[in-house]
Amino acid sequence: MPITINRSSVPVVIDEEKCIADKGCRTCIEVCPLDVLSINPHNGKAHMRYDECWYCLPCEKDCPTDAVTVNIPYLLR
Amino acid sequence: MASSPQRTEYDLVVIGGGTAGPMAAVTAKQRNPALKVLLLEKADVHRSGAICMGMDGLNNAVIPGHATPEQYVREITVANDGIVEQSSLLAYAERSFDMIRQLDGWGVQFQKTGSGDYDVRKVHHLGEYVLPMPQGHNVKKILYRQLKRARVEIENRYQATRLLKDAQGQIAGVFAAHTRSEETLLIKTRAVILATGPAGRLGLPASGYLFGTYENPTNCGDGHAMAYHAGAELANLECFQINPLIKDYNGPACAYVTSPLGGYTANAHGQRFIRCDYWSGQMMLEFHHELEGGNGPVFLKLDHLAEDTIAEIERVLHTNERPSRGRFHERRGTDYRTQMVEMHISEIGFCSGHSASGIWIDRYGRTTVPGLYAAGDAASVPHNYMLGAFVYGAICGESAVGDIAQGHSGAVDEDEVAAELVRVNLPLQVADGIPPAQMEYKIRRLVNDYLQPPKITRKMQLGLQRFGEIREELPLLSAADPHERLRALEVHSILDCAEMAAQASLYRQESRWGLYHLYIDHPARDDDNWFAHTMLYKDARGRMASRKRPVEPYIIPIDEREREAYRRLRVEGAAAN
Repeated sequence: MPITINRSSVPVVIDEEKCIADKGCRTCIEVCPLDVLSINPHNGKAHMRYDECWYCLPCEKDCPTDAVTVNIPYLLR
Repeated sequence: MASSPQRTEYDLVVIGGGTAGPMAAVTAKQRNPALKVLLLEKADVHRSGAICMGMDGLNNAVIPGHATPEQYVREITVANDGIVEQSSLLAYAERSFDMIRQLDGWGVQFQKTGSGDYDVRKVHHLGEYVLPMPQGHNVKKILYRQLKRARVEIENRYQATRLLKDAQGQIAGVFAAHTRSEETLLIKTRAVILATGPAGRLGLPASGYLFGTYENPTNCGDGHAMAYHAGAELANLECFQINPLIKDYNGPACAYVTSPLGGYTANAHGQRFIRCDYWSGQMMLEFHHELEGGNGPVFLKLDHLAEDTIAEIERVLHTNERPSRGRFHERRGTDYRTQMVEMHISEIGFCSGHSASGIWIDRYGRTTVPGLYAAGDAASVPHNYMLGAFVYGAICGESAVGDIAQGHSGAVDEDEVAAELVRVNLPLQVADGIPPAQMEYKIRRLVNDYLQPPKITRKMQLGLQRFGEIREELPLLSAADPHERLRALEVHSILDCAEMAAQASLYRQESRWGLYHLYIDHPARDDDNWFAHTMLYKDARGRMASRKRPVEPYIIPIDEREREAYRRLRVEGAAAN
């Protein structure tokens, strides 16, 4: 069966000015229990790749540069 | 695609690095530093499991001067409608205080009075067992330090998929798949401790968001499914977990923090309708009556409290366990000072931490499969919470070390390994098929439609029929990358758990545990026929089967009046409808 892509608004926002993933930081990616963050291949910064967030906050709390903001997912707000 | 898994060998493999798992691994290494112990974690042990953001308190602390082990065993026996193995509860209760002191020594901070005693609070119906941890956000850091100190080896981002046995039926290995690459791993071992947490991705939250669950959604029932396929028995799965939560946010409100400070669950008129906010099936039934009746919705009421008290509640609730509660309220303009917080009930799940279902273990943490142990929310000791996970983690670690010294395990069945390799790799090979999220949504929507209490025979039978149809479609699961393979394999576990939930519920032909097993076709509690554990297992022909297991004679007698205590939760004068 063919598969299509549905767009979603995702809760984790990365401030690309502050994010230092392009300098090798992987903290938010490593601590996420659901493994939803990864490196954006276009700019080397972290981004939310999968819409599977528990809004639990390790990514935000452990970020060394305060670049991560976790919003409550749209469906729950 | 790798044609065969990498092979490695350990004496002991602990699956799950949340709460019970690290304690099990550290305890085993402390007992025998020569053992090779591996902690396998699907996420990263720094921030994994139910307590990834810490915990705001102990809900079942048995502390001298406040409670005795015997009193605790009586309370949980009564709260769980009598269906308990008291020896397992007692094994927990007798070690509860030593574990608190051990954690205290490791640097976990518990609330103490001015004179330095533990500041225990009352939330339960009968005794005092709640010990606040206002600084509980750093528990995971403390556990990680102990793992490093004990030299436990850690593999993060590996999902265990199947347990393997030798020809004698003894645990002999674990199959695992990496979640970020196509690699697979075959770990030869002599013992496995399952610490995989609850099956929390079973029902669909009312929001419809797959990951907006009460439980950490990594806890999807992998351990329950692996234990089942390995031939272990699972106990009382029909005793679902259903919790009172903040509506939509779907996290605890949280009565255990607010109740000792004067907060309470109220109906739409701001009136208290339950005497006690401790989570039991009976409490949930009263909650359900109020929600469905003319007095709903239900709220957490704090607006009568003093400013200092509310500020303290905010500080604890918005920094621990589920700290995003604060921003949820803020966005909606909900202020504890002026408004009550709307509550609802959670989706169903299996979780012994709050209810009573799970992989059967005895007081030594042993399952019914030699070499297999289980602890924490995945195992069957009722109302175990975080402290119970720590205690049974330690017990499992000790038992495994002792048993390993006695015996050995043989070779794994290579045909089984080959079959598992095919199952694990298949989603990556299916290009046009069903994405895991879509199949998961369908299963969990059907769980809500057909299994959510009140339970009805015909509906559960229809549910089983639908689950059977989806089982035929499992080979259509398509994973675009290793991350989606992780989700696809979780869908297998979720479907197994859905079938187990239906099978177990159909088997127990009575109603028990309040809302958890409210069975419309059999509305009364029937102690003559059903005062027993129900055990679910895979029979010799590979079919799902159930049997009764007698409740062991009580070692701590319960008198008649005490026995009914949790049936008198409704505040007099607050009519159900």
